[in-house]
Amino acid sequence: MAEPRPVLEMTGIVKEFPGVRALSGVDFRLFPGEIHALMGENGAGKSTLIKVLTGVYSLDGGTITLDGTSVRFASPLQAQQAGINTVYQEVNLCPNLSVAENIFIGREPTRFGRIQWKRMRKEAAELVDRLGLDIDVTAPLSAYPLAVQQLVAIVRSVSTGDGEGQGTKVLVLDEPTSSLDRDEVLELFRLMRRLKDDGVAILFVSHFLDQIYEICDRMTVLRNGTLVGEHMVSDLDQVGLIQLMIGKELDKLEELHEHQLRADVGETLLHAEGLGRTGGIAPFDLEIKKGEVVGLAGLLGSGRTELARLLFGADQPDSGKVTVGGKQVPMNAPNDAIGVGVAFCSENRKAEGLVPDLTVRENIILALQAARGWTRPIPAAQRDELVAKYIKALDIRPANPEARVGQLSGGNQQKVLLARWLITQPKLLILDEPTRGIDIGAKAEIQKLVVSLSEDGMSVLYIAAELEEVLRLSHTIGVLRDRKLVARLTNGPEITTSRILETIASGEHQ
Amino acid sequence: MSTPSAATTSRWRALTHHHLFWPVAVLVALLLVNVPFTPDFFSIKMTDGHLYGSLVSIVLFGSPLILVAVGMTLVIATGGIDLSVGAVVAITGALTCSYISDQADQNALSAVFLAMGVGLVAAVVCGLWNGFLVARMGIQPIIATLIIMVAGRGVAQLITDGQIITINSEPYKLIGGGYWLTLPFSIFVVAVVVAVTVALTRRTALGLLVESVGGNAEASRLVGIRSRRIMIMVYVFCAVCAGIAGLMISSNTSAADGNNAGLWIELDAILAVVIGGTSLLGGRFSIGGTVIGALVIQTLTTTIYTIGVPTQTNLVFKAVVVIVVCLLQSPKFRAKVFGAKFGPKSGAASGGSAAAEPAKTVTTAEAAPKMEVS
Ligand SMILES: Nc1ncnc2c1ncn2[C@@H]1O[C@H](COP(=O)(O)OP(=O)(O)OP(=O)(O)O)[C@@H](O)[C@H]1O
Ligand SMILES: [Mg+2]
Repeated sequence: MAEPRPVLEMTGIVKEFPGVRALSGVDFRLFPGEIHALMGENGAGKSTLIKVLTGVYSLDGGTITLDGTSVRFASPLQAQQAGINTVYQEVNLCPNLSVAENIFIGREPTRFGRIQWKRMRKEAAELVDRLGLDIDVTAPLSAYPLAVQQLVAIVRSVSTGDGEGQGTKVLVLDEPTSSLDRDEVLELFRLMRRLKDDGVAILFVSHFLDQIYEICDRMTVLRNGTLVGEHMVSDLDQVGLIQLMIGKELDKLEELHEHQLRADVGETLLHAEGLGRTGGIAPFDLEIKKGEVVGLAGLLGSGRTELARLLFGADQPDSGKVTVGGKQVPMNAPNDAIGVGVAFCSENRKAEGLVPDLTVRENIILALQAARGWTRPIPAAQRDELVAKYIKALDIRPANPEARVGQLSGGNQQKVLLARWLITQPKLLILDEPTRGIDIGAKAEIQKLVVSLSEDGMSVLYIAAELEEVLRLSHTIGVLRDRKLVARLTNGPEITTSRILETIASGEHQ
Repeated sequence: MSTPSAATTSRWRALTHHHLFWPVAVLVALLLVNVPFTPDFFSIKMTDGHLYGSLVSIVLFGSPLILVAVGMTLVIATGGIDLSVGAVVAITGALTCSYISDQADQNALSAVFLAMGVGLVAAVVCGLWNGFLVARMGIQPIIATLIIMVAGRGVAQLITDGQIITINSEPYKLIGGGYWLTLPFSIFVVAVVVAVTVALTRRTALGLLVESVGGNAEASRLVGIRSRRIMIMVYVFCAVCAGIAGLMISSNTSAADGNNAGLWIELDAILAVVIGGTSLLGGRFSIGGTVIGALVIQTLTTTIYTIGVPTQTNLVFKAVVVIVVCLLQSPKFRAKVFGAKFGPKSGAASGGSAAAEPAKTVTTAEAAPKMEVS
């Protein structure tokens, strides 16, 4: 096969941060009409390569050639004008503007210098519709869950003012599917294929290997900031790919399969009765036993996160009551929940989780410190020991407690958030998409961790877009549909992902 | 590459990247500018058992500003701002002086202490009010504190009946105009307040929690930080600092001037905080930086007099210096002008992390022209 000329060629790319060499001499090329996966562990340098390409970071070495001419973008805007559209890993939109405004911000349709609001709304609605999304484009973006926000970012990137894909040469998608459900992923793939047929070159990052094998033609693998290789997807199987990424063989996943969930769970820890919130989730009953892992399954917008937030007092309930350990507790603020040993790891680590300017250490101890109050700082020795322990346990890289959290790679930030709550040793740990953006090796580690926490008697409420993940870990599975808890399935051999999907589809009651 | 020169380069780099490097550099440069005009600028003489000299005066006259700016730092770190500090300075001074002036014996220690207590309680009330509006009612800090900024001056004038109250109290004079152990007493007051602030924020977890609230308010709520309580504390603390500054200013002149005491000091204080390297967006703060920032502003004021800038161009001159300082602090600007050596720390050319910088420049440029030379 005679290869056409690459539309984008990056050679010898070097990027250094103080104390970290994020990229050392990476080569990367992208052909028109291909979908190219950029693979690597958390912190391998994927996002950095993308940001160097689009001018978010300045280049320390190497050359970038776009369409045969050498380029160096000073800002993401320049890159966009040159035909490189990007969805960054952390959703980067304005939560208080409407969906339509977010899609068109900076390139609103105008006539006589005035914004044509009507046209903008209509076009936005069409674009959103084409992705199979049923949302109101005039509502503020913050009204929607993270997954929808991610989709809006994608819609924005593929629409360039005058129609879909017009003028786009390269589309960069950095973990666009990290919080999407199966259906949205399929819609996204359909869209990607359409753009690919139009000759757009697509760079795709994802930690879901199945997705890579489904949609990608070629892949480039990075490890520790160096290029490991470029392969056709058809030439390299999953085992080989993992081996390339982590430099050794992975058998952790197999281990987990053999790992039996603890059969006997203790007495009731938390009982919610008739708990609900208008516009959030219909009143539901839920019982969580000591040491039990309760998984929540449902589609995008089915109310999983809303349910979790009510149990944590992150939103105020309109109705119902919660008893913990037999005693009724008010759940009006996170403090109430934390006081009775409930912890909540939000899916949205950027907006609701981390404080980017603070260090890894400070972010990790924050929940514990807040519980102790400001007058009782954690003694330095104890603090450092705890932090070191969790950095090691979760393999946070770089293993430097002084590093600013904002400078960590996405997956490592997620681990910091997990560490923050683990350190408080809660009775009930609510994990909303805890493996979002986490690489395949670390994902297995975290799932193992959940199992062992449950063995030690901690209850866990587990939310994940991947049904397999929920199924593998949970004693009980709560199924949600249209903001209602419709069923409660006890995990067992007869429960399969298709059975759960059926329940979701039919909305049957237990 | 471990040649000595490489080692020096990296040490130099580490030094220039220290958060206090640019504020200190500017302070030193400003001090040096004075030397050609006042050759004995750096000399300190002992007269009547008191130390005199330009450096001592700078610290002395800068004391109220340092106090106000230190309080302001914590407010700004939570993502807020307190415009009412100037009014609080006036109210505290007015109450204290009018109480003292009503006494038969203005030199009675107990009366002076009681008077100061009354003034500071008023400051606490102002702080509680600001904190209540911001933390409980959710009003934007700039609006919430505007209320006392405007109304507070009126209150101060009511207290003084629109007059300037003069007093004659030796013990009270000590705070802002007296000497102790050869040094102006106010330097000790400032030292104690700064030390207490540093201990309060860094020895306890208060500093961390404040930075967390300012760095990401929603995340802080979800982590269980009692942000409201912290915000109220911080506004009260800021008001108390302003109150002490009010005592100092009225003590220095032995008079309470409801109209002019602490006028525009909020702008100088905000400027000092920004020069000290604390972002107006909230989050990380530096008390040391603020102290240096306040000294920079006071030195600037002094310099304007010593080098004889014509009165009409005073403010313009001040504004220019402030703009230069702010530009020097912007990593982006340094990278453009001096090249990579002084360039951005994180290598961000134009990403989100640089967002804090433009904000600094804008606000200070606005604040500068309005400043009064105190
Ligand atoms: N602004 C920054 N300052 C300092 N170090 C940084 C910065 N951005 C990234 N790094 C470091 O560069 C390395 C590569 O990070 P990058 O974000 O590219 O990883 P990634 O491959 O995208 O990982 P993930 O799968 O977790 O998203 C990491 O060690 C990270 O800590
Ligand atoms: Mg990344």
